Amino acid sequence: MIQFVADGIVFAAIISLGAIGLSMIYNILRFANFAQGEIVAAGAYFSLAVVALMGAGVGAIGPLAFGWPLLVSIGFAIVATCGVVLVVDWLLFRQLRDKNASRITLIMAAFGVSLMGRNIITLLAGGDPINYAFFIPRSVEILPGLRLVPDDLAIIAITVVAVLALHLFLTRTTMGRWMRATAENPTLAQINGIDTRVVIRWTWIVGTGLATIAGALQGHIVELRPEMGFSLLLPMFAALILGGVGNVYGTVLGAVFIGVVQSLAVAIGLSAYREAVAFLLMLAVLLVRPQGLLGARD
Amino acid sequence: MEFLSVLSFAVFFLTFASFFSLASLGLNMQWGFTGLFNVGVVGFYAVGAYTSAIVTGPAYPDTLFGGFGLPVFFGYVAAILVSAAIAFVVGFVTLRLREDFLAISTFGIAVSIQLVTLNMQSVTRGPNGLYALPKPLSGLSESNLVDNLLYLLICLFCIGLVYWAFERMVRSPWGRVLRAIREDETAAASLGKNVFAVRLQAFVLGCAVMGLAGALYANFVGFISPQDFLPIFTFQVYVMLIVGGSGNNLGAILGGLVVWGLWSGSGSLIAAVLPPDWQTQAAAVRIVLIGLVLVLMLLYRPAGILRERHIVSREARMVGGGEGSD
Repeated sequence: MIQFVADGIVFAAIISLGAIGLSMIYNILRFANFAQGEIVAAGAYFSLAVVALMGAGVGAIGPLAFGWPLLVSIGFAIVATCGVVLVVDWLLFRQLRDKNASRITLIMAAFGVSLMGRNIITLLAGGDPINYAFFIPRSVEILPGLRLVPDDLAIIAITVVAVLALHLFLTRTTMGRWMRATAENPTLAQINGIDTRVVIRWTWIVGTGLATIAGALQGHIVELRPEMGFSLLLPMFAALILGGVGNVYGTVLGAVFIGVVQSLAVAIGLSAYREAVAFLLMLAVLLVRPQGLLGARD
Repeated sequence: MEFLSVLSFAVFFLTFASFFSLASLGLNMQWGFTGLFNVGVVGFYAVGAYTSAIVTGPAYPDTLFGGFGLPVFFGYVAAILVSAAIAFVVGFVTLRLREDFLAISTFGIAVSIQLVTLNMQSVTRGPNGLYALPKPLSGLSESNLVDNLLYLLICLFCIGLVYWAFERMVRSPWGRVLRAIREDETAAASLGKNVFAVRLQAFVLGCAVMGLAGALYANFVGFISPQDFLPIFTFQVYVMLIVGGSGNNLGAILGGLVVWGLWSGSGSLIAAVLPPDWQTQAAAVRIVLIGLVLVLMLLYRPAGILRERHIVSREARMVGGGEGSD
């Protein structure tokens, strides 16, 4: 039992990194970004490319199956993925914003970008699953009845650090305050001299950065496929809605909830339906608490 | 003989185009007139196809449920009813909430339906699919071409019926409420319109038509498996509707024909030009191109080939003495 909860939390860590970006785009650009999964996948593939260049399995850290190449590659991948995302925003979403397109048009455009992104990855990297070429780490018994791979703990630690860094960024820096102001009331924020364009750019950068980390970690513990991000999209959305739209911390809580429920679904033999179980749970919560677990606004 | 092969190709092509045109008509009711963004078109299409397959198909040795072997007509009716019922439940839960929750929920429904088709072996036979589905009117002649021609007529009849019904609906006062909701939900509500009920009706109607399209597909090809119902389908139908002209029923039908022509034409071209090893890449290029069509249409010609016509009530026209000025 405790084993399943722990597995769920590892999955939740990855989901929450991806879903935070979704949540920030939703709050500031005000649309459900269906291309978030492809940002995760692009991050994973960029990271893989750098790992492949540096040589996999070099310099493993302690008992972990990854070493500094993965950490360095995440840094490069964040820059590369942000570059791609900002170009797409400039070519497409900026123009739609300038035309005052409805939020549904933005969603549809994102839907198109998602499909194109997935296929461009297939085109460049091939459609077959790829593994980071590391050795398979041994699991360690941490508590009686609980075995975890050291990498799982590292993933949870990386996620906690990333969320704390995000918290500090949002509360202590000027840009963070601008973002929260824009999310709260864009017109009022603009009147107060906040340049919305800069805020939007930083929203993409922060969301993409976290999604890239999610993609690299998911690629590390599972495998890379062009659809890897797309198949995370439903759990990410479920986390976003469960936690309450407009609340980044709620998104993390929602991700934990989804991760544990999916893992318990596996435990009771519904492994093939785990995504559907999490989704139906989300619908049920929406019926009772339309604003989500921690949501307050609107 | 040359003529016959061209004819049989044309019949085959038009029959496939008509599945898409029908789905596109259903989507037009939701997206075109009411502004409901349904990301799960393929889910309702699959529900229709599987329902008809279960109702009309033979009994398989390895399934626990289904194989009723009823006449195909009942398969179509059942497909409409089951798709509508699922749409009712989904819509009832999500249409009260923010508009983009519908997008996310319909996406989730499509994923869940795909999981069911893949994993519920005792009903759907999982990846092996359901086969030997009957085709209506196929006993009348020996010739395959005549069979297909008759089937095309059934499809065209369905499209005509749905077109006629939808045109009447969108011209009625109810249709004006749909567009009022699309343009300004708050204003529509403040005029005393029950926004939730009308949206739900439009959503259920559209999904029922998608279900019918799926049933027509299933009984035409005679074999369905989860591989036939991928998210790309939803995307294709959106491109068809937007290219044809969202908010215009004729445009929806035309878009199905034009985009299906481009899609299958580019497929044959790529297959002829590229070596077989490159087929994966070729498929990817094709999807990227169709994505580009959608994005460019959204940016530069959001109205599509056939624009939406402004429909003004007859009474208002009489009072105003001519075309409405909106």
